[in-house]
Amino acid sequence: MTEAFDPEAHADAMARAIGLTILPEWKPGVVANVKATAAAAELVLSLPLEDHVEPAPVFVP
Amino acid sequence: MTDALLLQPAHVIAAAVKARRVSAREVTLSAIAHVEAKNARLRAFTDMTFDRALAEADAADAAIEEGDEPALAGVPYGVKNLFDVTGVTTRAGSKINRDNVAAGADATLVQRMGANGAVLLGALNMGEYAYDFTGENAHDGNSLNPHDPTRMSGGSSGGSGTAVAAGMVAASLGSDTNGSIRVPSSFCGLFGLKPTFARLSRAGTFPFCASLDHLGPMARSVTDLALILDALQGDDPLDPAQVSRPPVAAMAEVDRGITGLRIAVADGYFRNSGMPEAYAAVDYVAAALKVSQTVTIPEAARARAAAYVITTAESSALHLSRLSTRAADFDPDTRDRLLSGAMAPAAWVIQAHRLRSWFRDAMREVFRGVDVILAPATPFHALPSGTKTVTLDGVTMPARPNIGLYTQPISFAGLPVVAVPVWLNGTKLPIGVQVIGPAWREDLPLRVARHLEREGVVAAPVAA
Repeated sequence: MTEAFDPEAHADAMARAIGLTILPEWKPGVVANVKATAAAAELVLSLPLEDHVEPAPVFVP
Repeated sequence: MTDALLLQPAHVIAAAVKARRVSAREVTLSAIAHVEAKNARLRAFTDMTFDRALAEADAADAAIEEGDEPALAGVPYGVKNLFDVTGVTTRAGSKINRDNVAAGADATLVQRMGANGAVLLGALNMGEYAYDFTGENAHDGNSLNPHDPTRMSGGSSGGSGTAVAAGMVAASLGSDTNGSIRVPSSFCGLFGLKPTFARLSRAGTFPFCASLDHLGPMARSVTDLALILDALQGDDPLDPAQVSRPPVAAMAEVDRGITGLRIAVADGYFRNSGMPEAYAAVDYVAAALKVSQTVTIPEAARARAAAYVITTAESSALHLSRLSTRAADFDPDTRDRLLSGAMAPAAWVIQAHRLRSWFRDAMREVFRGVDVILAPATPFHALPSGTKTVTLDGVTMPARPNIGLYTQPISFAGLPVVAVPVWLNGTKLPIGVQVIGPAWREDLPLRVARHLEREGVVAAPVAA
């Protein structure tokens, strides 16, 4: 999360991108949660990982 | 006599039924009476299956008559209402799913309980789509804590905690994605088992977050957890995520004691952000085990953050069409979290999955030096119903997501955990401690939990 991150603007743009409607009375709760997820993501992204560390999806062909 | 027996652990009930001291039908009638007497007040059950229960009881009695000895003969139980139960609509705590047709077959684990003689009383209340730690539900009402009905049961397997702690049933099945078996076990004073990720089949249950969902039992004794785990294990071709492993011999191992086990208390992250009772409970258990060694779980805060990101993004994707068409029908507390999760950039989610691989390897290293780790299950006792914020280490934060701050990193690594209930001196409420083992070794935390139970350090009494 950069300092310029604007959770409300992000929520508005993403809602349009994926076709979700956010009623005005839902907006504060949604924005608060976007902010919380961004804070969590900041912690995740700040741990440097070696290139060979792969995700572990459950997919058995 | 039957009413008193109902309040005993599941293995005691099964032994009495197998010895024909009481019939499964008599136990079932007693359980039905208890559910009818208590459910309106505590809201544990959302769907009752009493006709089925009596039929299963009669089948168990007939099997015993013919010389069979079903491991769970006549044991009354309930399942979180995200398990498919034939003839019941799987609501998963939601209003929306009530429009679905009734399940045409039982979930795999329900089938296995029945095949071992257990008796299903019905489906249990839960937070909507399992996205909570409170046991609160806007549609069905809140499942309440039998030890203090002004307080939360804990969630999301809230009714699963309420029903067992109130003595309506001897055991229940719940699900645990980030703590949803361990949190209600802590708040309701029960033993709860979250097995290793991918140990048990999830077929026939409504998902929350497929990358992290686990199923497991809650009960009033450690032996019951072992007995039920043995009944539930086994490969299931209907679950594409299950990992084929040799079963752990839970009942054969559970009474082996703790001699030779290396046990340590988690420090760092697990000694922050809690109320005093969380640490006191761990210290009490550690003292009883004569444990003074500590161990650091590396990057626990980041592990929890990664679990948080994966959970919100993956569950939002699962519900995207319903969020598009029926957002107003969600529980408001769930809706806002799901809507926001749909907005997580892909790089956040994929990086969180990569961190999970890193964390798994890090935990394998940790378990080279110890066999079992102790950590708090919840940061505090059961909160009063309706609590919206908590203040931990001087920081005020939303209650709902933070009740699971100690459970979330552990399930992220998929490790098996037995939650054990502690009753500290001077308190009327229980609080749980996580007894954590290495992957695929449910036997180790079960042995430690059973030792603690045998020594009287932990206990799960029916609420008065």
